[in-house]
Amino acid sequence: MEKTNKKSLVYALAAILCLLLAVSLLENLNLWITVPKWLKPTSMLFTVLKKGAVYSLIAVSLNLLNGFTGLFSLGHAGFMLLGAYTYAIFCTPIDVKTSVFYKYGGSSVNFSFVEMYEKLFGENMLSVSLGVITAMILAGLVAALVAFLIGLPVLRLKSDYLAIATLGFAEIVRALFQWEAPFWGKITNGANMIKGFPKFSDFNIKGANGQVVYYMSTLVPFLFAGACIAIMVLIIRSTHGRAFKAIRDDEIAAEAMGINLAKHKMLSFCTSAFFAGIGGVMYAMYTTTVQAKPFTSALTYEILLIVVIGGIGSVSGSCLASFLFIACSEWWLRFLDKETVIGSFRVPLLRDGFRMVVFSVVIMIIVLFFRRGIMGDKELPDVMRNLGKKISQKKLKAKEGATDENGTEA
Amino acid sequence: MEFFASLLVSGVSLGGQYALIAIGYTMVYGILRLINFAHGDVFMVSGMIMVYMSTVLPWYVAIPLSVIVTVILGGTIERVAYKPLRSAPRMSVMISAIGVSYLLQNLMTYITAGQPQYYPNNRIPFLSKTVNIFGTPTQWAKLITPVIVVALVVALTYLINRTKVGMAMRAVSKDFETSQLMGIKINSVISTTFIIGSTLAAVGSILYFSNYSVIVPTSGALPGLRAFVAAVVGGIGSIPGAVVGAFVVGICESLIRGTDLATFADAFTFALLIIILVVKPTGLFGEKTTDKV
Repeated sequence: MEKTNKKSLVYALAAILCLLLAVSLLENLNLWITVPKWLKPTSMLFTVLKKGAVYSLIAVSLNLLNGFTGLFSLGHAGFMLLGAYTYAIFCTPIDVKTSVFYKYGGSSVNFSFVEMYEKLFGENMLSVSLGVITAMILAGLVAALVAFLIGLPVLRLKSDYLAIATLGFAEIVRALFQWEAPFWGKITNGANMIKGFPKFSDFNIKGANGQVVYYMSTLVPFLFAGACIAIMVLIIRSTHGRAFKAIRDDEIAAEAMGINLAKHKMLSFCTSAFFAGIGGVMYAMYTTTVQAKPFTSALTYEILLIVVIGGIGSVSGSCLASFLFIACSEWWLRFLDKETVIGSFRVPLLRDGFRMVVFSVVIMIIVLFFRRGIMGDKELPDVMRNLGKKISQKKLKAKEGATDENGTEA
Repeated sequence: MEFFASLLVSGVSLGGQYALIAIGYTMVYGILRLINFAHGDVFMVSGMIMVYMSTVLPWYVAIPLSVIVTVILGGTIERVAYKPLRSAPRMSVMISAIGVSYLLQNLMTYITAGQPQYYPNNRIPFLSKTVNIFGTPTQWAKLITPVIVVALVVALTYLINRTKVGMAMRAVSKDFETSQLMGIKINSVISTTFIIGSTLAAVGSILYFSNYSVIVPTSGALPGLRAFVAAVVGGIGSIPGAVVGAFVVGICESLIRGTDLATFADAFTFALLIIILVVKPTGLFGEKTTDKV
């Protein structure tokens, strides 16, 4: 058993490395050879890859809670908002802040992690990365702390009551970050946006004349999301993860087995919030600005739908579904939004917004008829292994059939 | 004082509008144990239907027709999105409701091409006229709302307590499976519930949007959530509870909007929800339930 585990771990690591290499290669191909339009760094492909990586982290963190622990929470947008704001407040350079916070006469947080590291290591990639990572961890901790506080009363609630209470929590947080009071506005900039913090494109390695020498803007979200998802997978596979699953399957039975319900629910809630906070940071880096407005319950619903499409209780399903979801909504279905004329025939219905209608119909079909989603509660390696077995069995059968025929001939 | 009185008047009317939506939530929850997230969007679609209909029809045709179309919509949603999942886990149905909400919002964005629509208040003369109350001009819509709500609630209470359908509804909400065994046609009872809910939402949308005048595809989401909070505060499953809860939520919201803390109107509503859930999960009028192992 242990041997196969080790083997599969090696395979998984190799697969992840290959994926990262492929992403990096794809991104930098345009530096070395002339590439078709869809491989240019501004192409939709890379937007989808970046946003997909961000969403897969958030989707997996929601899945940890909804799929693995059976706690139906709808407060993810709130945790993302907390993460995004923490990052924006602690990573925007001080001189940028004075212009961004002009309405409140500058920010009261005259501090930035990036600049702190720049004093230590000089202005280079290292200090930017260190600053971003420190702020990310802080953002996660803030989200987890708030999750702990809100979890104390809320986690006692059952299924849909929990859902609606966490939804309410997210709306409260959003209202709080739109508050225009002077002392508070100095920290959060009221309902205005914060910008100027490091974003994905700041990780591109630039030469002396400002030309990009090596693109990192797609690799970085993959790295961050990959690391976080790996940690979550490890948690799911640990004893805690087994306890989570036991709680999901039957709370009363789990309690009878000696699992501390309150402790494990809280652990799952805080872990999920931690990674949702980091997801919020990456969301901010992707959108390049932070504002409380987009963190509505609609965002949570979107992520929930991704989790459902991928299969509740499947990490690889959530990742796959995020990329599919983003690719469909941002890229592949774009043609539905354009008025199209074939010959003299104007294709009916096609105009702005039709893409989202088709898309939501597809989602409804999945929700109604393919309730298990893409992966059900299985993971990609399991599916591959089963597929491999089936194919080898088929081959075996075909071989047997062939020998049989030969036998009768003779 | 005048300011306070006018806030109170709009609070009461807002509460009445929420009550009409909240009844739809509470009845569906009572029977299916489902938070019908699409209910707020049905409310919004009903408003949109009214916008489009009143451009070609006079108001006395448009109003009943929009109510009928809303009822058909509500019934269709139940048949298509909830009925196939009757034996599925509760969470699947809730996810389906979220999916329907997503679909309705996107569909309306497509139809309206993302443009905000103006509610035809001036085409409904008796709602948009203003009268002076305590020295502040007040729309008729605000004044007749509580009256309409009370009338509808009385009718609904009669329906539930005195008629056969009502008896069936009460039985189904007590015990889904047993009532099925007793020969109650579950599906028709559930459809009736959705029809009643949609009718009230349609009436509520006429009253609500004639106050607000602008309507966008997302304008159903927040009133829907607030009405749901009202249903929980009153004790989910109980109709008088939903009405009382709605008035509490509506009046509080209106009073807070009159102060400096206007941004926190919604936050307060949800804080109320969390407090109620923690302190008294069954709400003001809810029945106590026990879980069986």
